[in-house]
Amino acid sequence: MSAVSEPMSPRQRATWAVILGVCIILIVIRCFIGEGMGKVYVEPTNLQFGELSADTWKSMDQSEFATFVASNPDAATEQWTQYDSVPPSAYFEQQQQGGGGSIFLSWPRTIGLWLAAFFTLAIYSFLYRDNPFYKFAESVVVGVSAAYAMVVGFWDTIVPNLIQRLLPQFAHDHLTPGMTLPTDAAQFNNLIFLLPLALGIMLLCRLVPKGAWMSLWPLAFIVGTMAGLRIVGYTEGDLLSQVRDTISPVYVPGADTSTPFMAVWTTIWSSVAACLLVIGVLCCLVYFFFSVEHKGAVGGVARVGIWYLMITFGAAFGFTVMGRIALLAARFEFLFDDWLWLIDPNQKRALVETVSMLMCL
Amino acid sequence: MMNFLNTLDRRWIFLAMALCVGVPILVIGLTGYTFPETPTPLAEAFFNEVDTAGEAKGRRANILVALDFDPASAGELNPMAVSLVHQCAQKGHRMYFISLWPVGPQMIMESVDKVIKRHYPEMVYGEDYVNLGFKAGNEQVIKVMGIDLTTEFRTDVEGTTLSKIPMMQGITNLEDFDLIAEISAGYPGSKEWVLYAATQYNIPFVSGMTGVQAPQLYPYFPNQLQGLLGAIKGAAEYEFLVNNWVREDAMAKVLEAGGFPESKAMETAAALASKPQQVSTWTVTAEASTLGPEAKTKLIELATAPIPGEYLEGQRRMGPQLFAHLLMVFLIILGNVIFFAQRRRGGGA
Amino acid sequence: MQILTRFIPLLITGIAGLVMIISAFIPYTSEWGQKAGQFFNILAAFAFVLGGGNLLKVHLKKISDQSVGWGYSGVVLICFIATLFVGLFKIGAYPNPNFPNVPFSGETQGTGSWFWWAYEYVFKPLTATMFSILAFYVASAAFRAFRAKNFEAILLLGTAFIILLGSVSAGVFVTNWIPNDGPFGDLRLENLRIYIMQVFNTAGTRAIMIGIALGIASTSLKIMLGIDRSFLGSGD
Repeated sequence: MSAVSEPMSPRQRATWAVILGVCIILIVIRCFIGEGMGKVYVEPTNLQFGELSADTWKSMDQSEFATFVASNPDAATEQWTQYDSVPPSAYFEQQQQGGGGSIFLSWPRTIGLWLAAFFTLAIYSFLYRDNPFYKFAESVVVGVSAAYAMVVGFWDTIVPNLIQRLLPQFAHDHLTPGMTLPTDAAQFNNLIFLLPLALGIMLLCRLVPKGAWMSLWPLAFIVGTMAGLRIVGYTEGDLLSQVRDTISPVYVPGADTSTPFMAVWTTIWSSVAACLLVIGVLCCLVYFFFSVEHKGAVGGVARVGIWYLMITFGAAFGFTVMGRIALLAARFEFLFDDWLWLIDPNQKRALVETVSMLMCL
Repeated sequence: MMNFLNTLDRRWIFLAMALCVGVPILVIGLTGYTFPETPTPLAEAFFNEVDTAGEAKGRRANILVALDFDPASAGELNPMAVSLVHQCAQKGHRMYFISLWPVGPQMIMESVDKVIKRHYPEMVYGEDYVNLGFKAGNEQVIKVMGIDLTTEFRTDVEGTTLSKIPMMQGITNLEDFDLIAEISAGYPGSKEWVLYAATQYNIPFVSGMTGVQAPQLYPYFPNQLQGLLGAIKGAAEYEFLVNNWVREDAMAKVLEAGGFPESKAMETAAALASKPQQVSTWTVTAEASTLGPEAKTKLIELATAPIPGEYLEGQRRMGPQLFAHLLMVFLIILGNVIFFAQRRRGGGA
Repeated sequence: MQILTRFIPLLITGIAGLVMIISAFIPYTSEWGQKAGQFFNILAAFAFVLGGGNLLKVHLKKISDQSVGWGYSGVVLICFIATLFVGLFKIGAYPNPNFPNVPFSGETQGTGSWFWWAYEYVFKPLTATMFSILAFYVASAAFRAFRAKNFEAILLLGTAFIILLGSVSAGVFVTNWIPNDGPFGDLRLENLRIYIMQVFNTAGTRAIMIGIALGIASTSLKIMLGIDRSFLGSGD
């Protein structure tokens, strides 16, 4: 077989250039057909709030808010405009009715959509060969992913589970006003959470060369708790439960009792399956038992174990392929639906739009 | 020819794969055609567990919905999550959303937007469903939830203390849930829920998972895992089951309102839902004489109304799946033909 | 120093592990396990910060050394800092309607916020595409590497074929001639697939699971008893 990274002939390169050129031309043509492609529309909603009493706010509509402000000139108020994405069909409908509605094209989200398409294609460009677009996209995903986990970890775990306990008043006033303030006794008990705070800070000392030893304490805690948890979880859930499930009757009455023949037949079939299962587990375990040399009868049993394992790996391969293809299909659906507006499986645009575009092509 | 295949550049294989996936998506997208699915016992078990949850206690079921996945696996798992929420919403179960993955809250929001906000706007946040968000700590989160979940999930994603949320009354730990339904993309995921929740507390547990994970979870079925959806195939089967049942359930409600006894209504609805094209002819038969014209129109509407696109994502994806699988089989056979032809000629691999 | 870098960490590991074990068996001590779990989860969140800090350190070094591809390190840092900034400060996030006067009360990931934008149009397409690209490589690998060289390989290939075909309508089509409710109904590809998964795959995986469980139990015990100290490093 040829090497995977064999250089291409000029003829092959030209063929790929033609394929790429045709794709680009089709996309450019697509941009000018019908309503175009890759646009995101939003509908603004004005929200107004008035403070009825301390910490009690009420959402109001426009007229109610005006009345409230007029009658309570000193009361605190807040208002902002919220933009929600709407399907393009809502915008088309608005235009058909003569325009003038509130739905409009959102540039930040439209640019975002095109950026998403660019990133998708940039990653796929690696299939041709490694290139700066791919490297750029790869760098972006590394940076964004690390920050993403940090942000979510902070707002979803550190704030509610640590800051709310150690600085409840601050958390209540500035971060999570919906929380209930603890009683004094509860607050005293919460002081124990200074311990994970200290351990957390020690963990961060790993970033400083001279303080790296301090991170060993929290690391030891992490490793110790995980070891303790897993020893119980795996022994009960995997070892004992799986052994128990294997020690089950090998005579299994068949499910189909429509005729005496089928009752006997399905009983045989199910019982054989139960036997094969027990035999398989034992054979595979013998194969994993390396303290005895795999020769003679043991070797024969171990060989049957290998056959079972091969079938297991074949099944794993089949399922893995299935999964990967589904992910690819999802990305293609994004490109064809959200970006190119070639298909409309979620009825976000009028079907007429799609068909007319294809006819033009 | 053999020489050409032997030196075939991998990019042509990539192109073949792209076409096998891309063309069916376009065709299915334009025609709306999806392949019918035959649910396997595992998908049926998943469906039945969700369907019967809480029945023994004679109250609305509390379902802990854990969406432990991210966009990288959403192609496989989103249809499962959407169908799960769809079934729970139609059934009237209370849903408690959580995630052990940092991006999980986005997956929760997506499912809630697609199903609850779009199709069940009457459902009230805090009474019918609640989003408890993400917690770091993997299986340790499950461990703490088993003892007292309110110490771990102190507030919902909006920062409201759990005691102020009506549907959290009476919920202290994992044992207060009638079912844990989880969609998993890896670690932490199905395995951790089996080990630290389902096995330790003997709580009914069903899970949908990626193709990579599915074979590893089969040994847990049915004792530690009562329902399993593996990869996009499992998603499509479950989606098919849920869509059919939702139609059937809606028809049964119309029939019941039209005077049919409950059992008869369910039986008739099942028959009608399996053959929706025959509903209009059935409405003129003597059996339907007790129904009013409005009920009849409603029945025909239910039978003929297209299923919203978001409820067909899994079944749609089985189209490209078919052609890509055929390509894979073809490529393996072709690779072997070349290999054996070469070996016969004395060449090496 | 040995006390700080060896003795105390080993003591912490042993005690922490023991607490988790006894809390699983003695109800009275379950609260200890709960507390340890809560501490662990807070530390896990700190680990995210550590990960970010490490990333910053590595790429800042690359930039300062101007090593190969340092420009891409710049991209990593810009994206990291920008996402961190918009996320931590909830830029563009709408406040919670119940507390409109508290700017930080809204959802970080709520639709419309800048952090949501970064997720929707950057994080989501990038991570989803990264994983989907494997479909291409799996096809190429299948063409080049899957060889029926011996009986074991034939078993593996045969199973893969049954799973691949039995999962799609092609499987139904190929063996449609076998009556589903007849005595040989289980030989239909779609049924054979289920049989393989529930019998052969279950047997193989179960044996692997039992082996792994034994391995994890013994490794955990070694860690708790201080026999396995590899996690503490060489101490240099």
